[in-house]
Amino acid sequence: MNDQRPVIILIFIFLVSLVLLVRLFSIQVLDDSFLKKAERNAIQRIVDHPYRGLVYDRNGELLVYNNPIFDLMVVPKELKIQDTLQFCKLFEISKEDLTTALTAARKYSSVKPSPLIKQISTTDFARIQNFLVDYPGLFILTRSVRSYPNSTAAHALGYIGEINAGQLERDTTKYYTQGDYVGLSGLERYYENDLRGKKGVKYKMVNVRGVDKGPFKDGEYDTASVAGKNITSTLDMELQRYGEMLMQGKKGSVVAIEPKTGEILAMISAPFYDPNELTGADFGKNYLKLNRDPEKPLFNRPIMATYPPGSIFKIVQSLIGLQDGILVPETTFSCNRSLVACHNHPSPVNLFGAIRNSCNPYYHQAFRQIINREVVSNTFKDTEIGLNDWREKVMRFGLGSNLGVDVPNEKSGQIPSGNYYNKIYGEGRWKYSTIYSLSIGQGEMLVTPLQMANLAAIFANKGYYYIPHLIKAVDGDPTLIPGKYQIKREVGVDARHFDLIQDAMAEAIYGTAARAAMKDITLAGKTGTAQNPHGEDHSVFIAFAPKEDPKIAIAVYVENAGWGGRAAASTASLMIEKYLKGEVTRQALQDYVMAGNFIY
Amino acid sequence: MRESDIQISRVDWSVVLIYFALVIFGWFNIYAAVYDSQAPQSMFDMSINSGQQLVRIGISVILIILIMVADYRFFENLSLFIFLFFVALLVVTPFIGKEVNGQVLSIGFGSFRIQPGEFAKFATALALAKIMERPTFDLTKTKNQLIAFGVLFIPILLILLQPDTGTAMVFFAFLLMFYREGLPQWYFVLGFGIVALALLALGIENNLYLVGGIVLIVAILSLLGRKSLKKTLVFSLIGLGLIAFTYSLDYVVSKLPPHQQNRIMVLFNPNIDPLGVGWNVTQSKIAIGSGGLFGKGYLEGTQTKFDFVPEQHTDFIFCTLGEEFGWMGSLIVIGLFTALLYRLVIMAERQKTRFSRIYGYGVVSILLFHFMINIAMTIGLFPVVGIPLPFFSYGGSSLWSFTVLLFIFVKLDSSRVAQLGRLS
Repeated sequence: MNDQRPVIILIFIFLVSLVLLVRLFSIQVLDDSFLKKAERNAIQRIVDHPYRGLVYDRNGELLVYNNPIFDLMVVPKELKIQDTLQFCKLFEISKEDLTTALTAARKYSSVKPSPLIKQISTTDFARIQNFLVDYPGLFILTRSVRSYPNSTAAHALGYIGEINAGQLERDTTKYYTQGDYVGLSGLERYYENDLRGKKGVKYKMVNVRGVDKGPFKDGEYDTASVAGKNITSTLDMELQRYGEMLMQGKKGSVVAIEPKTGEILAMISAPFYDPNELTGADFGKNYLKLNRDPEKPLFNRPIMATYPPGSIFKIVQSLIGLQDGILVPETTFSCNRSLVACHNHPSPVNLFGAIRNSCNPYYHQAFRQIINREVVSNTFKDTEIGLNDWREKVMRFGLGSNLGVDVPNEKSGQIPSGNYYNKIYGEGRWKYSTIYSLSIGQGEMLVTPLQMANLAAIFANKGYYYIPHLIKAVDGDPTLIPGKYQIKREVGVDARHFDLIQDAMAEAIYGTAARAAMKDITLAGKTGTAQNPHGEDHSVFIAFAPKEDPKIAIAVYVENAGWGGRAAASTASLMIEKYLKGEVTRQALQDYVMAGNFIY
Repeated sequence: MRESDIQISRVDWSVVLIYFALVIFGWFNIYAAVYDSQAPQSMFDMSINSGQQLVRIGISVILIILIMVADYRFFENLSLFIFLFFVALLVVTPFIGKEVNGQVLSIGFGSFRIQPGEFAKFATALALAKIMERPTFDLTKTKNQLIAFGVLFIPILLILLQPDTGTAMVFFAFLLMFYREGLPQWYFVLGFGIVALALLALGIENNLYLVGGIVLIVAILSLLGRKSLKKTLVFSLIGLGLIAFTYSLDYVVSKLPPHQQNRIMVLFNPNIDPLGVGWNVTQSKIAIGSGGLFGKGYLEGTQTKFDFVPEQHTDFIFCTLGEEFGWMGSLIVIGLFTALLYRLVIMAERQKTRFSRIYGYGVVSILLFHFMINIAMTIGLFPVVGIPLPFFSYGGSSLWSFTVLLFIFVKLDSSRVAQLGRLS
């Protein structure tokens, strides 16, 4: 009767073993979720943040570096404080703050470190270091923040800050994680990929309480961080500092370019701020303060402010006319003030005289010839064709579109097209009399100070330019800068046409900007006045020097400072002298600019 | 001496080999469980578990030698005395034992402590074998059933007083022995039915489904019973009893201590409290599951090494094995246990005396239960009950009690011819 029972028992034993083996196979071999859970349990990924690249000026002066800051960290379980009063005295912390910090730390973890005192200065660090040995469970964590030893060029250099949610989402490379610092503006942002380096990662093992148990697999999967590349900027710190001194208390822009290379020597946006304000613990507070400032110190005028180009645009008109054969040096128009207002000067004038005297009626008449070439009999249609044609030529001067400078958020300005007027007035309902303001750089035309400086460089170069840029070398290698800054761009006007322009600009200094003239340096320049419906006009001046072999091209905007021949021309002249000679000999002119009373 | 020479040659060496394979493999795993890569200590270091376990293995070897050189008649003749001795120890344990976490499991002095509950297993096996040995002892008879269960319930009740539910549960393993010796099948059908119903009742929220099922089965059985009124009545009574059982179960469970309630509920849903009660099972499964096919390599486990799995060197020693040796390691250990149990059944069946055969099945019952329940609980197939994996888990009492349990049978087996001589 019981004969089959041993067999049943054996079958039961095998069944039990089979069930166990099948179940084990399913969780060990088939299901890999346990492996992932195990790794999440015991393997901690620790990111090794690289050293961010430094920024130098063109002469090797340090502009941006990493300043170590120190956080006092605490492991609550290991900390023993016998005398709280003495502890507070030594570490210069109030009893309340100590209690708050310790409570927070304990709440986070009793065995993992939390910050007790954040951002200790270097001097405090040196003092505290001596007591640290007496308190187990305390240690110093070193971090670094950006620091700007010259406190200048805030807009050009930019700042770094914690990455925001939107940026994280747009980061398709998945390089960044929450809490990472990234360049948010200026060079810091544009060259983020060079400056940031490459994060390293260390895998360490931790036990169930989070206590470090050494490297995972002896560090087989660890990667070392790669320090960021140092970059050399084209900025000349001496010139930048001098320019900021001159622009102190004013609103406006100064952009100086080396014409032959497109390298930006100085880029000043006034009012400015100390870039050190946007570093470290006070970033949030200071950013809010700057952002709320009615003077808008965060606004980067050289690339974001747009103004009508004014009289300076007459030079572009002259060049297009010369190239098209519509104008020749001998072309003469009368200063017919019934067409457009002008100031007193001999009449009629030839082209040279028109530039020298900035004659408005001359350009009113010349521009009509440029636009209305009677390609078609319909004068409306003819104007539109002529305008579009002209616009293309103007845009080759780097106007009406982003130049592509290596500072983010550049504005394009505006050179109106036929469609633009079609939208306003309707097709076939506007003609030259509608758009004649463009002839003298007014009307629906907008340019940035940077574009104006580039224009000065084009005049200096007799017809070509390099996109203005702030980068001179990456890791000391000038060939590593973006390719677009190494391409020579022709504006489509023959070099021979520029001789007359340059001569007239050099002459013009003595007519409209006598203050800017220098005895030993031939300056070629042109004043402008950007009309301002809200108040005093903006003072504008562009120039290059020396005329024979231009080393610097400059555009200066001083807002609400009236006529270009005073504030802007004087500032430009001082900047040029500073750059070419290394020092300024005209103390009186400098005092005049710094006093800032240009309206009288 | 001539007699003992003959006995040595009759020792079943395959069982001995498997025993040592398991013990040594277990010892390596105990070392792995406490190994700290940052401060590696020698496997023989007495300050860590593996060193202490080595001493216990040594003592086990001495116990084996003592058993093997003793006269085989000793165990049979003294079986009831041995049983009574350990029953007496169980009785005094709550009074002179040491309390740990609300349980009084061990007695002894200084660092030498034993758990009488562990030794009661082989003592009960001996006692049952002795009682059931008589040729007239027929387990189909109610009187004999009462005697057998009576002996069984003595240690169970005493151990429940400690209280140690896990160890007490182990004694139900002897049902397998009873089964072999003729306990009617319907006991098991009913037993499994009740256990299955209990699991269903706890697992299924709405008891009405179960009630419906019971009613349906009763109806079908009544129809099959060819309209016999008596049978229909009996089935209906049983059905009513089952329904009452279903409803009373929720009440009983709600009266259990919370930790036991949780252990049961976790079985149905380990995620109800992953950081609390579910922690053991969850972490144990993570450790074993992360082992893959070939494991992470000896001493390379992270989950067991860094204390994610509690009790990893004792009841959860299988985690270390699963994590570091993978499925292949599991296969080897389960294979060894299966081979051992198979061999023991074969050996039990070849015994010439009822005493030896019954005792042999006692060994099979205890080892199978431990092996099955211990591994099942580490992989979430059974509630967490604190019972060790035989020969593997760290701990003196469990190793010694399993050693004695097994080798008494090896001794009996090697003397089976002599026993036959005595009988004839």
